[in-house]
Amino acid sequence: MAIPISYNIRNLKLRKGLTIMTALGIALTVTTAIFLMALLAGLDRAFVISGDPQNVLVLRKGSTAELSGGFDAAYFPTLRNLPGIAKDSHGEPMASGEWVVVIVLPRKDGTGEVNVTVRGMMPDGLELRPKVKLAEGRWFTPGQREVVVSQSIHKRFGNSNVGDTMQFGKGPWKVVGIFDAGGSAYESEVWGDVNQMSSDFDRQGGFASAYLRATDPGAANALKNLVSDDQRLKLDGLLETDYYAKQTSSGGPIRFVGYLVAIIMAIGSSFAAMNTMYAAVAYRSREIATLRVIGFSRPSILTSFVFESLLLSFLGALVGIVLMLPFNGMTTGTSNAVTFSEVVFSLRMTPQVVVRAIIFGLGMGLIGGFAPAWHAARQNILTALRG
Amino acid sequence: MLVSNLIGAAIGSLQDGVPARLGAQYLDFPEFLMTLTTFVTKSAFRNKRRSALTMLSIAFSLMLLTFMMTVWRAFYLDEGSEQSTQRLITRHRVSLTFSMPSYYREKIRTVPGVVAVVPTQWFGGRYLDDKPEHFFAQFGTDPEEFFKVYTDFKIPADQLGAWQHDRTGAVVDSQLVKKFGWKIGDRIVLMGTIWGANLELNIRGIYTAPQPTQSVYFDRKYLEESVPVMKDQTGTFGILADSPADVPKIAAAVDDMFHNAPQQTKTESEKAFGLDFVAMLGNVKAFILSICGAVVFATLLVSANTMAMSIRERTREVAVLKALGFTRKTVLGLFVGEAVTVAVIGGLAGVLAGIGLMTMFSHSPQAGFFVGIKVTPATMLAALLVAAMVGFLSALVPSYNASRVDIVDGLRHIG
Repeated sequence: MAIPISYNIRNLKLRKGLTIMTALGIALTVTTAIFLMALLAGLDRAFVISGDPQNVLVLRKGSTAELSGGFDAAYFPTLRNLPGIAKDSHGEPMASGEWVVVIVLPRKDGTGEVNVTVRGMMPDGLELRPKVKLAEGRWFTPGQREVVVSQSIHKRFGNSNVGDTMQFGKGPWKVVGIFDAGGSAYESEVWGDVNQMSSDFDRQGGFASAYLRATDPGAANALKNLVSDDQRLKLDGLLETDYYAKQTSSGGPIRFVGYLVAIIMAIGSSFAAMNTMYAAVAYRSREIATLRVIGFSRPSILTSFVFESLLLSFLGALVGIVLMLPFNGMTTGTSNAVTFSEVVFSLRMTPQVVVRAIIFGLGMGLIGGFAPAWHAARQNILTALRG
Repeated sequence: MLVSNLIGAAIGSLQDGVPARLGAQYLDFPEFLMTLTTFVTKSAFRNKRRSALTMLSIAFSLMLLTFMMTVWRAFYLDEGSEQSTQRLITRHRVSLTFSMPSYYREKIRTVPGVVAVVPTQWFGGRYLDDKPEHFFAQFGTDPEEFFKVYTDFKIPADQLGAWQHDRTGAVVDSQLVKKFGWKIGDRIVLMGTIWGANLELNIRGIYTAPQPTQSVYFDRKYLEESVPVMKDQTGTFGILADSPADVPKIAAAVDDMFHNAPQQTKTESEKAFGLDFVAMLGNVKAFILSICGAVVFATLLVSANTMAMSIRERTREVAVLKALGFTRKTVLGLFVGEAVTVAVIGGLAGVLAGIGLMTMFSHSPQAGFFVGIKVTPATMLAALLVAAMVGFLSALVPSYNASRVDIVDGLRHIG
């Protein structure tokens, strides 16, 4: 027969101070873990949603990122006329030759300089990224020294309001709009006209990459192979989604430190939970013996104490999640391992993260509670009753 | 107010000891110390399991704290070797991905205080395959002057000579040699990712640096022959200054010199240059600080919990002590001493484990950022101080309450 749950709840209430302090200890550990998990979830999302399954990215053969290398602009017309490319609003093939450079911008809060990606694109570049929406102002005009910045660049760096001028390359650039990239990797970029950019950075006559938009995801796959197999081109085609999936490796250092911190803190908190549960068992040894005399079996005593520990850690996990709430949605940045520039992302407490945090907390309760519960169940009835 | 009273009382109790009023009569100081030590040790180990669990819990937290503080120190406080404070790096003002004309080198040389200048050009080739663990830095440089700027990199003279006489030769970091099992005379192929050209290099020398660099250096002329676009282009310049004091002056002078040139420069100390990379990882400072804060606070909770349990159990004993004539301050001191003892023992174990953890990471093949980081005595001391502080604070409230116990009530207490 099982011992009623209300018994455990009453016990936790009886020793309020002890319960609160242990639960708080677990809560802090859970908060740290959930913070790190949310960080990684946000980072992964930034890369996962960046790629469009219809887009094919073209790079020079052997190059792994848009930043490394480039190819002759003469190849572009050939690319543009490959079969399977969707038509843009003017009835032309939807393709954009682009230049990507990295510039250094000072952070608004004065905490140093950060590498930011500047992307020069053709007008079709905007059309083939339909998920990116204009939030303020207007798009840049081709042929003008104008740029649009992402919302997070607007928030984090100076001189990035509509109407401001940014200094990079060979002179000033007018900020004419702010775009919302919906948390994708584009959230860390500044966009402008490709011809203006390439002359500013002395890179005329070529492109770093080209984007082609296929009529549908299936056609994108065929288009990708067509580019890679074309002997004239010496170029590689890859799906944009695959390109960004590779960049999730940028989270490597955070993931590593995160696991390390979470595991060590969890072990420490498990010992603390164990301490509390041992005290609870010691305090109630007479009660436990009485329960045994009444007829409760050893397994049911074991279950009851393990359950009490789980209840305690569940309480801690809940508090931990609540403590984390104010940080949810906070934006931060880290270095992109592939492009060397900053990738901006927000902390995301997804349902998956919350569930994992609760399991993490319960894990601590289980490890911390089992030994004391075992001890309680194995107690000698007579000695305990006399004590 | 309560907290300051508590701290005052606790400190007072410690000062009380010379000569201490213990019981009804005065004891001399050594005798008091003996009593204190015995009492503290006895109480700390009275519930062995609880003390052990508390110590373990504190040890794990302190291990993490030692680790984090060490990383912090290495990133923000470490000045590097003596020669490193004398070095500067010049790069293109826009960012590292742009290059400068090679003739800048001779112009930089004319700046007062500059002893030597050497060009370095990032190659970024792949070795063996794509795997991140096989990645290392590769630079084209000038073999004649390289070791004159990087004076703290040690290489045997005959190996240096061999490098200078082989245009396709390379010198490699001793740590990389260990990792890949290379030896002098080996041929390594670097597959170019930026310009498509591959480099085939002969290992001519092995150098050791004060902090492992994970780098391979080769003659930039070989790179220029393989990649014609790189002719007369340089990514960064390494500069050796006369003295560390000259560093800021030189940085300003170099950047001023190229202020109106088509390619402007940014010159900074080697340390600042390295910090830019750390800064790019994100807000590492706040990240480390908040983890340290959470760890310390969690430890405090654990320790306070234990002390509260331990002292509540002894309400009756406290009453007996007081009935014997122990003052409130002495009782307070005894309990605080006990908590500090437990915390410091746990802290000591944690610091040792932290040193072990750091050593393990800095020697692992994927060390990356952790290469060459060591736990310093100052960090160890700081971690132990944190442990002692945690013990002290955690005992304050419960022992203050215990010291206020009314003798009659306490004796009657059933705990």
